[in-house]
Amino acid sequence: MAKERRSVESLSDLWRAGAEQAHREVEDDGVEQQRSKQAGRDDEMTIRFVLFVNKQGQTRLAQYYEHLSLDERRALEGEIVRKCLARTDQQCSFVEHRNYKVVYRRYASLFFLVGVDNDENELAILEFIHLFVETMDRHFGNVCELDIMFHLEKVHFMLEEMVMNGCIVETSKQNILAPIQLMEKTS
Amino acid sequence: MDLAINPFSSGTRLRDMIRAIRACKTAAEERAVVRRECAAIRAAISEGDQDYRHRNMAKLMFIHMLGYPTHFGQMECLKLIAAAGFPEKRIGYLGLMLLLDERQEVLMLVTNSLKQDLNHSNQFIVGLALCALGNICSAEMARDLALEVERLLQNRDPNTKKKAALCSIRIVRKVPDLAENFMSAAASLLKEKHHGVLISAVQLCMELCKASHEALEYLRKNCLEGLVRILRDVSNSSYAPEYDIGGITDPFLHIRVLKLMRILGQGDADCSEYINDILAQVSTKTESNKNAGNAILYECVETIMGIEATSGLRVLAINILGRFLSNRDNNIRYVALNMLMKAIAVDTQAVQRHRATILECVKDADVSIRKRALELVYLLVNDTNVKPLTKELVDYLEVSDQEFKEDLTANICSIVEKFSLDKLWYLDQMFRVLSLAGNYVKDDVWHALIVLMSNASELQGYSVRSLYKALQASGEQESLVRVAVWCIGEYGEMLVNNLSMLDMEEPITVTESDAVDAVEAVLQRYSADVTTRAMCLVSLLKLSSRFPPTSERIKDIVAQNKGNTVLELQQRSIEFSSIIQRHQSIKSSLLERMPVLDEANYLVKRAASIQAAVSSVNSAPAATSGGPLKLPNGVAKPPAAPLADLLDLSSDDAPVTTSAPTTAPNDFLQDLLGIGLTDSSPIGGAPSTSTDILMDLLSIGSSPVQNGTPTSNFSLPAIDENAAYPTITAFQSATLRITFSFKKQPGKPQETTINASFTNLATTTFTDFVFQAAVPKFIQLRLDPASSSTLPASGNGSVTQSLSVTNNQHGQKPLAMRIRMSYKVNGEDRLEQGQISNFPAGL
Repeated sequence: MAKERRSVESLSDLWRAGAEQAHREVEDDGVEQQRSKQAGRDDEMTIRFVLFVNKQGQTRLAQYYEHLSLDERRALEGEIVRKCLARTDQQCSFVEHRNYKVVYRRYASLFFLVGVDNDENELAILEFIHLFVETMDRHFGNVCELDIMFHLEKVHFMLEEMVMNGCIVETSKQNILAPIQLMEKTS
Repeated sequence: MDLAINPFSSGTRLRDMIRAIRACKTAAEERAVVRRECAAIRAAISEGDQDYRHRNMAKLMFIHMLGYPTHFGQMECLKLIAAAGFPEKRIGYLGLMLLLDERQEVLMLVTNSLKQDLNHSNQFIVGLALCALGNICSAEMARDLALEVERLLQNRDPNTKKKAALCSIRIVRKVPDLAENFMSAAASLLKEKHHGVLISAVQLCMELCKASHEALEYLRKNCLEGLVRILRDVSNSSYAPEYDIGGITDPFLHIRVLKLMRILGQGDADCSEYINDILAQVSTKTESNKNAGNAILYECVETIMGIEATSGLRVLAINILGRFLSNRDNNIRYVALNMLMKAIAVDTQAVQRHRATILECVKDADVSIRKRALELVYLLVNDTNVKPLTKELVDYLEVSDQEFKEDLTANICSIVEKFSLDKLWYLDQMFRVLSLAGNYVKDDVWHALIVLMSNASELQGYSVRSLYKALQASGEQESLVRVAVWCIGEYGEMLVNNLSMLDMEEPITVTESDAVDAVEAVLQRYSADVTTRAMCLVSLLKLSSRFPPTSERIKDIVAQNKGNTVLELQQRSIEFSSIIQRHQSIKSSLLERMPVLDEANYLVKRAASIQAAVSSVNSAPAATSGGPLKLPNGVAKPPAAPLADLLDLSSDDAPVTTSAPTTAPNDFLQDLLGIGLTDSSPIGGAPSTSTDILMDLLSIGSSPVQNGTPTSNFSLPAIDENAAYPTITAFQSATLRITFSFKKQPGKPQETTINASFTNLATTTFTDFVFQAAVPKFIQLRLDPASSSTLPASGNGSVTQSLSVTNNQHGQKPLAMRIRMSYKVNGEDRLEQGQISNFPAGL
């Protein structure tokens, strides 16, 4: 009898281990919280990459906030560009790819793609893309693909001011452009 | 700039290089240009060229973006960083962030430069260093430089502050132990005015909450007030041109603050209450005609769903989602579907209300929306709506895009498997799916189907006839073909003789040679793969014994494959030919119908999926009690389903308040009416669900009025003569069977005495038999000693053991139990375990 009691205790661990996966909602709220916390853990960064791609599928800017090897990057760019370019204007601006979402927006011949975590607010990322484009517009004046190509480093500087480590850090165009303008003045 | 073209410089200007690359017609040309440029840059680096370092770096970045290796430039980045001038540093840091990552050892060398720059007097240089550190720092660098960053959090300049805050995120992520050092600084940053500082600080707080529980508690206490103030200020503020986006001031800050509130409010009633008002304010005041406004509303809904919000607030949130769902903008509909997936855990009924709209979204032209909607439908399926939903999905399967069929099929199959209400329905659905999209059905799904058919003797005739018809209609679906071929081989005589007809079935005329024709056609079809062909050969061999007149013909067909280039097929046909020709004496016994397939493995798999279904579908405690009730042979016996069906018909919104609706049919009534009572039982059972008091009365008096258990058409489990609950087979494997019979003391509905009986099905005796059980927290369990620890072989007598179970949530949650049996066979240890989820309802 005593022996059985003891084994029941150890089995209750067994129960709990299984229950966390399966009985998430049924079990109790504690487990539920733990689960959503774990889901939050995946939320390592909000923005994983920012890509500009033209209609021909050529990359015009690429900034990754997680490490990917050259081959991985090339494969990824190929896949998502194919997916996004195939979509029509009526379709929504979000594409699910592997374990993240790509939020994209098209401006004339350029596609702006932002890869985000699944938890991220997609609508806000759309606004972020627009903010970025407006910022470039303010600096270059009616920005076009060539501006971005020939001033790649400046675009990177702007992006750097806006996003750090995958987090949005600044949303005021004036603040974003201030260091760049200062640098131009001095040089 | 044109002066830069100078015969002594290394290569061309950046602009010219880009032009040259753009002018390339082919990939090979581009590679050549890049190779030439790389060579020039390499040469410049090795010569220690000072004048064009900046430009070379810019070129390298462009080349890197095009996807060419640029590792040789890494050291150059470090040199540029170490340079004194700002422009050099600027490009150097950019190169560092683009070309390097934390895994590279070169990075160690930069720690010192970073440290110097963090202490630099120029705030822009400090900013550069912080930015670089925030993007690439490793755990070691984080430890080395954490102090500098902490100090910079106190800096006067807001730009430095915000970057230091974001840099701290990276540091905390790399070294969570440091979280506590940043707690108070983060909280005090929330008092700033500068939006950049605020947004960074909020994100830092989020990271701290994740890294340390202590920080979470600290921030709950110290920063909630600040957050509410920020949100109020920013949502009430008048037009602010710098932060205005679509008429709304800084939606990004809104969203981050709402996110942090979600983390703080989760599971904490006080915090949730504190932010209730501001959430209500934001969700009612924010304009929903602009994307930026919708982004805020979306985040707000998510926060309301995540915290312990009041019911009024939740209604508000669900209403916003309803509005989103009916929006014409696809983006909005997409996020609505996304959000409903999360809302389903909070309020299933509210989401069910939108079922029709969601189902329409499954058929949307946009694949992103379809995918979301399908996942949502999958979560919405429960016992009451599984039939209409499955029908919708299967109907849609017929017309859906090719690329969507795979997802759709996978989802339908797992819905059908999880909610197999009865075997016939399961088979019908599977046959339809196989006919429509057999090429997309996963192997384990049709394997499970075959296992089930092998165990359902009364449906084998129906199955083989249906499959034969399906095979004629859509013979190009691989999985369908395999299942059909297997069935024809096994149950050929049922096909030809119309054996065990069901009532609704129409007889078909199939001759013996028709059956052989069908299999032969598959075997000869050019698109059939090796597995299918091999299955055909086995099937033909079996038919040769079932239909002796066709034996000669089958011999010829099989013989044709003797020269097949695929070894597997060649071998089989040679072996089979020799069986047909030379081993007539053993043929009939050799080719007997396969023994009933062992369902134990299949059950283990199924048990897991049932659990997932239970948890995903009914989180609301009031919803149909009992959950799907599965019997070990795969027949589902859902006591609540028909009742809930009735309720569901009347109105979707009415909360289903059935609580443990059934006591099992009383035995003598069972004797009188037998299985025939099936049809009337749902009606008899319906009123009994009304109150618990009635329930108690009935269960005490053992009155025969109530017979809520609608027995399914097939295989009724053994009814214990003495118990008010049916005896169940709790566990069955190839070697061991456990049956449970139940007793309740009058007046104590929570307590149940279970009498477990163990039977050894193997031919060897089990010794040292120990039975163990585990139950969820709301149940208490007491095990009495077993009658013996030795189980005699071959079912000669059994061991019994009684268990007392107290279900503290009687009427709300069904019993559930995990079991483990250990014993010795010939001195060898054996262990079996399983889960019992087929307890009769009402225990």
